[in-house]
Amino acid sequence: MPTLVSHPDEVKIVSRRFGQGAADIEKYIELDGYKAVQLAISQGAEMSNWIINTMKASGLRGRGGAGFPTGMKWSFVPKVSEKPKYVLVNGDESEPGTCKDHVIFLHDPHSVIEGTMIAGLAIGSKLGFIYLRGEYRYLLKQVEKAVADAYAKGFLGKNIFGSGIDFDIITQTGAGAYEVGEESALMESLEGKRGVPRIKPPFPAVVGLYGGPTVINNAETIANAPHILLMGGEAYAKLGTERNGGTRLFGISGHVERPGVYELPMGYSLRKAIYEVAGGIKDGKKLKAVVPGGSSCPVLTADEIDVGLDFDQMGKAGTMLGSGGIVVLDETVSIVEFAMRVISFYQHESCGWCIPCREGTDWIKKTLTRVYNGGGSKKDVDNVQYLAENMMGRTFCPLGDAAAMPTLGFVKKFRKEFEDYIEGHKAGTPLITVEQLVGAGH
Amino acid sequence: MSTVTNTIFSPELAARFDHLVTIYPVKRSALVPMLLYAQDEIGYVSDAAVSEIAVRIGINDLEVRNVLSYYSMLRTKPAGKYNVQVCTNISCMLRGGYGILDHCKKTLGIGHKETTADGTFSLEEVECIGACCWAPAMQVNYDFHDGLTPEKVDVVLQQYRDGQGKDVK
Repeated sequence: MPTLVSHPDEVKIVSRRFGQGAADIEKYIELDGYKAVQLAISQGAEMSNWIINTMKASGLRGRGGAGFPTGMKWSFVPKVSEKPKYVLVNGDESEPGTCKDHVIFLHDPHSVIEGTMIAGLAIGSKLGFIYLRGEYRYLLKQVEKAVADAYAKGFLGKNIFGSGIDFDIITQTGAGAYEVGEESALMESLEGKRGVPRIKPPFPAVVGLYGGPTVINNAETIANAPHILLMGGEAYAKLGTERNGGTRLFGISGHVERPGVYELPMGYSLRKAIYEVAGGIKDGKKLKAVVPGGSSCPVLTADEIDVGLDFDQMGKAGTMLGSGGIVVLDETVSIVEFAMRVISFYQHESCGWCIPCREGTDWIKKTLTRVYNGGGSKKDVDNVQYLAENMMGRTFCPLGDAAAMPTLGFVKKFRKEFEDYIEGHKAGTPLITVEQLVGAGH
Repeated sequence: MSTVTNTIFSPELAARFDHLVTIYPVKRSALVPMLLYAQDEIGYVSDAAVSEIAVRIGINDLEVRNVLSYYSMLRTKPAGKYNVQVCTNISCMLRGGYGILDHCKKTLGIGHKETTADGTFSLEEVECIGACCWAPAMQVNYDFHDGLTPEKVDVVLQQYRDGQGKDVK
């Protein structure tokens, strides 16, 4: 069972009910639950505009990884549509290093339900879906119970809170596929198909689930909505930095003394997050590198951690804030082995639809596997870089980029380690041929 | 009474499937959950399960198989009563995930995607299961076990051997 952690620098907004038994609907109500949705309804005819303007003012950006402004996303949905509109909550959390939605579903499932209702009211939808990855069965049961309790109270269903508006929620399980975390692939999965991504445009706001206009948001993004409506957009925005409103959950894992999910203001120092919040490097070792936002983010070296944790500052530092999964590597880690493990994951998860991704991940994996096993040549490092560069931007969905970006980070920033590794294994080790590599794995 | 006569599923699951195909705007949306729930009951997705699910959704067997083959949790062959899934992705790897996997291999005497002779355990090396901050972690069926050490793994496995672990259903 995930243990809860705490640090004085935390600013608890989305996590404020964690550890207080808020999975129970009575407790959730006691802790201001379902007040935000009623406040929205009380705006009457201005309800939709009021929600969207508040969300825009909050500066909330998508917590799944892309960081798209939530209020703006909601405003893109056409007011009038022949086809029904949908709200889709992405709880298919599968980016390695990321376990924050896990904690939300466990400790505060009603905040996701209330957020879904708010998104529905904002865009004029009558049906929302909460999609959880298949591995999260115990959390799915928790969310299913929360939804049933909300129906029993009359909060969901017909005429919610006397508004004259109907709103339903369906919970859905995945069955194991990283790719389905991509928004269009998730819609395919929810339509009962293979999780193959769709080409964009059209974007989901116009043509989404079942061809209807759809808002799709990460579970943490949605869970923030009720808090933002209650505290006001400006107040939420002020907690963070410019264009990066509020706080977010950071899952700090790997070689730190106190791993855990912490809620920190946007823009918080990465160095402090590692050395103060998470208690520093485990067993007094030295820091070697940090993967700052899930495994698809380019690595930062130990000298590059004086940077603020928001989308723009991380972008300037040549990496990404991503999903907030900060993975800390100490001095004992072999970057060659780590890079091979990362690409092995993406090779496993590539759906095979786009050739640059399918072939690129496979050949990078094979090449790094031979390097790791001592049969590499110096040219392999160039080859890996060449392959990764040619995957970038050439696939339907971001999985190709997600595999290429960290690979480029590893070989560019730790090139000498790769070369030394190859050199050190040269004596007496024959070059492993392509034929020998076919079928090679970790 | 299920809408499908001669259902291969238990009356409870058949009733659940009857309901499931009615709740979505499109029937087919029930497909992925149905495959997973069928597997939970039977232990894998059998040919008979594929055929019945196809009938329930109103598509053909091939369309069901096309979806079935995509999802890594779905299998078409039986696994052990308790499927031990050890995560070795980055956060678990850094905290000793491969050591946990090796310990499981040694203790159970089986490798990746193999099943013990008595059918009690099967073992899988899996990708990130979303327990990064409590690594190393594994799932036995759907139950999470985290903060693992080889000693803790022994205790967990013994609980399942003793029949104290939760079954899938």
